[in-house]
Amino acid sequence: MFLLLFLLIPIFAAIALLFIKKEQSVNLIAIGSGLLTLLGALHIILNKTGNYDASWLPILNSRFLLQADGLAKILILLTAISFPAIFIATSHNQTNQKNVFLSLMLLTQAGLMGVFLAGDALLFYFFWELALIPVYFLCSIWGGEKRITVTFKFFIYTFLGSLFMLIGIILLYSNTADHSFLIESLKHANVSPAQSATAFALFFIAFAIKMPIFPLHTWQPDAYEQSPTAVTMVLSAVMVKMGLYGIIRWLMPLFPTAFLAHANLVIILSVIGILYASFIAIRQDDMKRLIAYSSIAHIGLMNAALFTHNQVGIQGAFIQLFSHGVNVLGLWIIADVIEQQTGTRSMKALGGIAKKQPTLAILLVGFAFANIALPLTNAFIGEFLMFNSLFQFNPWIAAAAGVSVVLAAIYTLNMVQKVAYGEVSEATHLMTAPNKNAQGVLIVLLVIVFVTGVYPQPLFDVTADTLKQLFVK
Amino acid sequence: MPLVGFLFNGLGRNIWSKKVIAYKATGYIVMSFIFSILAFLNVQSSGPATVHYFDFINTAGFKIPFDLKVDALSSLFLLVITGVGSLIHLYSTAYMKEEEAPHYARYFAYLNLFVFSMLLLVLGDNYVIMFIGWEGVGLCSYLLIGYWFTNATYNYAAKKAFIMNRIGDLGFLLAIFWLIVKLGTVSYGTVLTAESLAKLSSSDITAITLLLFVGAMGKSAQIPLYTWLPDAMAGPTPVSALIHAATMVTAGIYMITRSNILFSASEFTQHVVAIVGISTALLSATIAIKQNDIKKVLAYSTVSQLGYMFLGLGVGAYSGAVFHVITHAFFKALLFLGAGSVIHAMHHEQDIRKMGGLKSKLPITHITFLIGCIAIAGVPPFSGFFSKDEILAAAFAKSPIYWALGVVGAAMTAFYMFRLYATTFLGQFRGTHDQEHHLHESPFAMTLPLILLAVASAIAGAIGVPELMGGHHWLSHQLAPIVGEAKEAGLSASTEWALMGVSVTIAVVALLIALSIYRKKADGEPQTALGKFLYNKWYIDELYETIILNPLNKFAGFLKEVVEKNIIDGAVNGTGKLVQYSARQIRLLQSGQVGYYILFMVLSMVLLFIFWFNDMTILKFFYKLTH
Repeated sequence: MFLLLFLLIPIFAAIALLFIKKEQSVNLIAIGSGLLTLLGALHIILNKTGNYDASWLPILNSRFLLQADGLAKILILLTAISFPAIFIATSHNQTNQKNVFLSLMLLTQAGLMGVFLAGDALLFYFFWELALIPVYFLCSIWGGEKRITVTFKFFIYTFLGSLFMLIGIILLYSNTADHSFLIESLKHANVSPAQSATAFALFFIAFAIKMPIFPLHTWQPDAYEQSPTAVTMVLSAVMVKMGLYGIIRWLMPLFPTAFLAHANLVIILSVIGILYASFIAIRQDDMKRLIAYSSIAHIGLMNAALFTHNQVGIQGAFIQLFSHGVNVLGLWIIADVIEQQTGTRSMKALGGIAKKQPTLAILLVGFAFANIALPLTNAFIGEFLMFNSLFQFNPWIAAAAGVSVVLAAIYTLNMVQKVAYGEVSEATHLMTAPNKNAQGVLIVLLVIVFVTGVYPQPLFDVTADTLKQLFVK
Repeated sequence: MPLVGFLFNGLGRNIWSKKVIAYKATGYIVMSFIFSILAFLNVQSSGPATVHYFDFINTAGFKIPFDLKVDALSSLFLLVITGVGSLIHLYSTAYMKEEEAPHYARYFAYLNLFVFSMLLLVLGDNYVIMFIGWEGVGLCSYLLIGYWFTNATYNYAAKKAFIMNRIGDLGFLLAIFWLIVKLGTVSYGTVLTAESLAKLSSSDITAITLLLFVGAMGKSAQIPLYTWLPDAMAGPTPVSALIHAATMVTAGIYMITRSNILFSASEFTQHVVAIVGISTALLSATIAIKQNDIKKVLAYSTVSQLGYMFLGLGVGAYSGAVFHVITHAFFKALLFLGAGSVIHAMHHEQDIRKMGGLKSKLPITHITFLIGCIAIAGVPPFSGFFSKDEILAAAFAKSPIYWALGVVGAAMTAFYMFRLYATTFLGQFRGTHDQEHHLHESPFAMTLPLILLAVASAIAGAIGVPELMGGHHWLSHQLAPIVGEAKEAGLSASTEWALMGVSVTIAVVALLIALSIYRKKADGEPQTALGKFLYNKWYIDELYETIILNPLNKFAGFLKEVVEKNIIDGAVNGTGKLVQYSARQIRLLQSGQVGYYILFMVLSMVLLFIFWFNDMTILKFFYKLTH
């Protein structure tokens, strides 16, 4: 029953927001609901929770089953941290019809929570779409100049992907003995190897678009750039995790044979994507696009690690799902503060922030080094384990992917240098008082970066049960 | 044991915390120096000690403990790092006085973090902990080299240092993975044993050691990854002293000495190490001859001396290499701090052509700098002689060619160091009148470290006097548990005396030539082709730019502009257009407006649900949800 709260709190808050106009109370409600969810997330991490199971669409024998294992918990925690962090950090931003904006954001949160909690394939699909639709409206109404074409591309892309997944679900479902959408039943669906491979492909395309995997990624930098930054934060800190989560939750248990059979292909694609995105990141001038490509590279590594089917590597990916969310959120908040105060994201036009706002510059340097996985930051743990598994899979592939470690240093330090160092530029001259809210959030996030980087064991412990479940024969 | 554990815990924490006030920062390092002495004595009396803190990573049967260990090797490094480190801190309190308070605090925070990382590097009991310190040192050097962050060139130098180090780090990381795959652990206690060695094939060992060596190349500035170190002098001068002498660059030597059992097992890697070492030593020595920036000469001399250490490692003279690390830490810190004192006096002038005649104006700096020069030139009985000689003797035993090249390098070292000395301190003053007027000896906080380091540079050779000269080579006995008893070089006493005589004579001759040329005048602009070639550092930076950086940049641009925009995204958009086009043809949706498409989608989704679940399940769902 408790798990239902993760859906109800944001939905109720979203409905309430539609009737309130005053900006201060709008912010307060959004932040309050976010913090409440965060408390709930901490509760389920520290305590055992039961499933929530109710009948839903009985004619199809689909169930409203919510369950939370370690992996789900950690992603719920990430979602629950991200939303209030975003609300607080962007609370000063000028937004038209802020109540509707935040209401849609909260709906997205509910959708995301549902995705991570759903134990029934149809329910999973339902939430998968629920998370997407508000984002579409957010982008197309509040986005940048090219928002219409860009969000259209984004929407068509991911919608197409989810349709594939739906077909895959139905394919499996129609072959189950008890006509059920539950994981256990789908796992034992009576399908031929060919059918199984088809369903695998259908699922994989949906997840691959969402992550995204090279060469299905072109919607992402555009969407990140054109979306309002609050939405970009949601997209890249949490939403891309839906694809990776889908792989762990559905692809691995449902198609063990096809999974291993396609490992080579997927890993090679991922590694190409890692290098490709890293190279492109070197040449970006727009901060948002740089972070977007850097994120594509990181996600590619996680995907590759999952497909090595190596316990240690998958554990690394679990940790990285969380860590990447925290780090990229930090970078986006910094990019947003800078854009709000200077009116530009072009790194050429920036510079001298270390002089103008030393605290912000220090935070930027902190997150930059987390982004390149310096030891004792959270990302090192995950990347170390993932590269290790990749090395066991094939040393040459690991070495190739390892080049991204150097490339990441190049583009990240380039960014730090152009944005923070040097003389104060015309644009940064405009920077006024530091944004205290954003800085507060950033400090909290940076503490998480270092604490989980020095002592990651709690993260391992939380996700241990999922790992065990995956490798139980 | 718990006592030692407590000591190290305190030591780590103290250094970690950012202390704003200079004497606090210095005090912490001095305190850790005292702890290091205690730890050193502890190792002497009761042997190595290991402390387990917690499991850094422990999952799915894979475990990396957060253990620290102090033994003969690490306790020696502790002494050098904290000892020289404290003096550099003390020196910095005066040198950096002109900085504003927040920057002053930032400077010392970085400096402390630097020492912390370095201590972690040498204290770690497995390769992953070493790697943490390893990258930490890289981070701190990045922060300190780019300390004056408004200067674009300095930032560029900082970035270059970090990225070149990162390339090396990648090699190190791959070596760690290789060890994990083959042995399942990275702890020294298991990896560095004969049993583990037996489990590895010879190609494994060669690959692992070569990868480790790539890491060492980055950190210890060897060909081809050395160009960051000369640029690293962009940071404040005491930082250069710290990077070049006590920390950072010695990390590679430490790592290889630590892994000596692996390196000794691969003949091939040893040759590679020795050849890279001697080539680096010679290349950078030739460059140093033509540089006119006081810090640049010293920087290239560091690269060159590191080359000697690697030559030592390559020929199996591990304790000789460590010996040279120690003596080099003293005289190079001395020289850099002396240079700092000169720069301080000259109001940030670094060009030695504009100096000269500083002998009488800066007496303490002058004498101590001279001692440093004699020590590095290898004139007995100063410290550099003993350590360099040990390496050269071992090189001779391996191959006389190594020895001969080493002696040529030593001659160049004597030459460029005394060129530097003579141009700076002898002859007439060549700076502006204003500068001359303001020339002054540095304050006590700066000269005290100089004096102490000068004393150490003069006498440190005593810890490694070879048996040949009636000493008993304390250092090599000290390190015996780590690197094994020094092998008999197989050279007769007379050969050794002869070798020593030759190298010393050549060095002294080179030194005298330099003195006679440069005591009156400084170098003008390079005239000959060779002079220009050396002055421009063999054009290596330009070469890297043309063959690596530019093509990479072009490639990235190609991916961004052509592949991403036209091919991949073009294909996507093309498909979209095709769909749109055919849609138009069949005149289903003519408006072309996005809104309609979306509306259509949402509607069809809703319809889908309604038709599928026409028994009002959706309503029931909401009903259930609310009850």
